[in-house]
Amino acid sequence: MVHQYKLNGYNIVLDVFSGSVHVVDDLAYDVIELYESLPAEEITARLLEKYRDRPDVSEAEIKECLADVEELKRQGRLFSENSFKDEVIDYKSRRTEIKALCLHVAHTCNLNCEYCFASQGRYKGDRALMSFEVGKRALDFLIENSGGRVNLEVDFFGGEPLMNWDVVKKLVAYARSREKECRKNFRFTLTTNGVLLDDEVIDFANREMHNVVLSLDGRREVHDHFRKNFAGEGSYDLIVPKFQRFVEKRGDREYYIRGTFTRRNLDFMNDILHMLDLGFTQLSMEPVVCAPSDPYALRKEDLPGLFEQYELLAKEMIRRRREGRGFNFYHYMIDLTHGPCVYKRVAGCGSGTEYLAVTPWGELYPCHQFVGDANYSMGNVFKGVTNPELRDRFKACNVYARPECRRCWAQLYCSGGCAANSYHATGDIRGIYELGCELFKKRMECAIMIKAAEAEME
Amino acid sequence: MKRIKTLETRDLKNSLISGGCGECQTSCQSACKTSCGVANQKCESNNKK
Repeated sequence: MVHQYKLNGYNIVLDVFSGSVHVVDDLAYDVIELYESLPAEEITARLLEKYRDRPDVSEAEIKECLADVEELKRQGRLFSENSFKDEVIDYKSRRTEIKALCLHVAHTCNLNCEYCFASQGRYKGDRALMSFEVGKRALDFLIENSGGRVNLEVDFFGGEPLMNWDVVKKLVAYARSREKECRKNFRFTLTTNGVLLDDEVIDFANREMHNVVLSLDGRREVHDHFRKNFAGEGSYDLIVPKFQRFVEKRGDREYYIRGTFTRRNLDFMNDILHMLDLGFTQLSMEPVVCAPSDPYALRKEDLPGLFEQYELLAKEMIRRRREGRGFNFYHYMIDLTHGPCVYKRVAGCGSGTEYLAVTPWGELYPCHQFVGDANYSMGNVFKGVTNPELRDRFKACNVYARPECRRCWAQLYCSGGCAANSYHATGDIRGIYELGCELFKKRMECAIMIKAAEAEME
Repeated sequence: MKRIKTLETRDLKNSLISGGCGECQTSCQSACKTSCGVANQKCESNNKK
């Protein structure tokens, strides 16, 4: 399968199953487009006619280009076949180990954001804080169920995890105390709205957290529209100086300023520019997750404008990189040479199998977005996974579970997407969240175009 | 090739042989939490091809 597109002056050809990326001129672009459907003589005749005003395109040139395409095909770098889907990877019977937990240390929040998928941190349930005992048991459960995996990930999530900060610190200390004897390496992430950030939190997080995710939606008026406290006051002025201090003290360690965009800021590129103006360089901006009936939900008719925003963002990244002041955007970070293997690319996100969410009471769910939905309860950290049928459903929920994905050029970049998004959009974890697919594909086209531009810079 | 520049990429077919160790980050455990993919994950295998 081949996907071709033109973007920002680059002609790009992706060979889906080999993972090859080719940057080509106009003639090669056309040759590749016609190659599998027409005989060489007809391609030559058609392109001689099309390029009759171009002195550089002769019959000999077209033949040379056809030979190059043939050679790439012979090397398995163009028009390669899907050799993964049936024979090699038996997904249903594969053994999976749990290697990541999303610890919901606080089902409560000090902000009251209308768009929160977690219903202001309560996940449609009671307010609660995780006790140290439950958290400790969750870490033991992770160690016990992680087999030979060395790297274990734990995300302190909520609600707002800083509302249960002492427990977070104790859990980090406990995990560290077990690393050596268990031959494990814990990587912690803290996701916070910033309200309770102070120097003590910043210093601890910069010492212990592999990654920190800081929630900021961009411009003050955009951020404050949703991210308000319970008195209705926006949080921008409170959190921005704290985030700036956090990031300044963090040095080279990983962080993301993470925004959410909605129908209210379809010009989200202006929010990204604002983040850059504030001095942040590691950025993420996510489409809102909400019911289609919500007034701020993204709609199909918003797509052309959103595509334009993603293109503007990609061009800005290239421009700033050329000027020596580059920045990162989470969804444009694509590592062509050291990216994931095909197992990872096919297996899906790991929800319900390698990755579970733990509520303050120790209940297990396939991921944070299923928490509170009784149909998706998987067990608890005391008794383990007591709903293996559900786990097997998630195990089988990979890129080849959906006919649409099998036909999609982005299948090995996306891996079938987010099961929760599919479920919320269609009622089925194997459903297709079409709007999400369109946005994802656009982001991949932009990310790969940036790679083409970078190759030129080298 | 005069008209085709091929960027360096990981050979996905070779990764069938060397891959599958599972040490890489879980897709959603980073910045997004709402719209994951796998393209931006890094391989953490010591035996990568």
